[in-house]
Amino acid sequence: MIKMTIFKNKILFFAFCSTLLFVQCVDDDDNGNVIEQETCDDGILNGDEEDIDCGGTACEPCIVGIEFGGTYLQEDMIGRPAINTVFSGSDAVKNDFNITLITERASFQPIFEATLEAYHDIYAVALGIPIEDLDYETNILGLDAFNFTSLLAFFDTLQVAPNGQTTYFDLNTGVALTGRTLADDAIDISLMLMFGGKSGTRFDGNNGTPQLTSDGVDSGDRDFTLPFPYLEIPISE
Amino acid sequence: MKKTKLFIAVGGMVLLGFSIFLVSADHIDAPNVSGTTTDLADLFAFEGDNPNNTVFIATLQGILTPGIVTENAIFDEDVLIEFNIDNTGDFIEDLVIQAIKRGDTMYFFGPASPSQTGLSSEVLTFANRNSVRISTIDNLEISNNDGMTFFAGPRRDAFYMDLNRFNDVITGAVAPDGFLPPGEASDFFENLNTLAIVIEIPNSMLGTPPAHVGGELGISGLPPAYNVWISAKRKQ
Repeated sequence: MIKMTIFKNKILFFAFCSTLLFVQCVDDDDNGNVIEQETCDDGILNGDEEDIDCGGTACEPCIVGIEFGGTYLQEDMIGRPAINTVFSGSDAVKNDFNITLITERASFQPIFEATLEAYHDIYAVALGIPIEDLDYETNILGLDAFNFTSLLAFFDTLQVAPNGQTTYFDLNTGVALTGRTLADDAIDISLMLMFGGKSGTRFDGNNGTPQLTSDGVDSGDRDFTLPFPYLEIPISE
Repeated sequence: MKKTKLFIAVGGMVLLGFSIFLVSADHIDAPNVSGTTTDLADLFAFEGDNPNNTVFIATLQGILTPGIVTENAIFDEDVLIEFNIDNTGDFIEDLVIQAIKRGDTMYFFGPASPSQTGLSSEVLTFANRNSVRISTIDNLEISNNDGMTFFAGPRRDAFYMDLNRFNDVITGAVAPDGFLPPGEASDFFENLNTLAIVIEIPNSMLGTPPAHVGGELGISGLPPAYNVWISAKRKQ
């Protein structure tokens, strides 16, 4: 009885499989329609494609066979603009900064703080003020010299907020450290944070002070309203 | 006299300690990478035209003068550019998007968790793969896939500053006046180009952002934010 059941099941299974043989992919349901335009996502090898939906004149290149192996070692990195350039001081420190993990940058904070004070010393001397009397002043973000240079040394990444305004520092809205747009004046913002003190205007060229909070240039005739890729075409001769 | 001597002493110290010819933002920032194909220039990151997306822009090989220099500038097949995203607040990359050139195409892998974090990388060939033909000066090539949009090619440098005056300011050469007023100041980068890689990506692919690092330094009220950086790594 059990054998008979198995036999019957085999017959049924065979019959079921046989029906599959008669399933045909006859394209008789399109009433004469013709696929006129092969595309790069139609799942078939057509046109001058080298493989399914890749290669040829229209599609992205086929990736099969392209070599991506090997080990790649870091030579440069950037988080916020101009940090290494402005604060690292010596060439050796600059080279080192680029190949040091962000989590291992404790040794850079004192260097950055010394650099920040050295910039102030230059102007103390030029203004005839004892250098110990002219130091960095807590900036408009409320960061003292240690916290400011810690932010730059330990945490030298660009903070990017997915919700809300993205800007390096927008004085009009007060939003800061949420991204960096093309239009953000990264140099003026950096100078203001370095030399602007609590008000942002400490050394702004007025009242006998040197102009250290703005480099005097804006984006000029650049167009930052373009759609993707957002950047302008190259300048030609 | 005393003042003059002090000025010379301090100025001399500063001059010894600082490179005279500094270039910003990160353009030719350090001697070991200056003028090489791993020399990154800038990182931009901002909300896209679609507010649910973030745009990441890496520029590299800055200071390309118009004409033949820009036409001849090419991405290096031995250089891997990585967009690193820390979405947990420990300043270690949780997600990377890699870009590397092969032939006339820029290939993109990710976003994906890297097989290893830190200074050494391998191409994440198991991850999402995308590509875009590298644009030329005259031909704009853009590709869309997996919700992301990609570009790679030469573009005008968006960065602006009075570089020459900056170098004089920080060495004290123009103390005590400092920078020049608008109109007299000159944008060094106004007519220069750079190579650029642009990725627009839905925020939903980047994970939940951590608390803003500014909070650790006493800046309150900042919204949760990813920590983002780009790295350029050369094949060994």
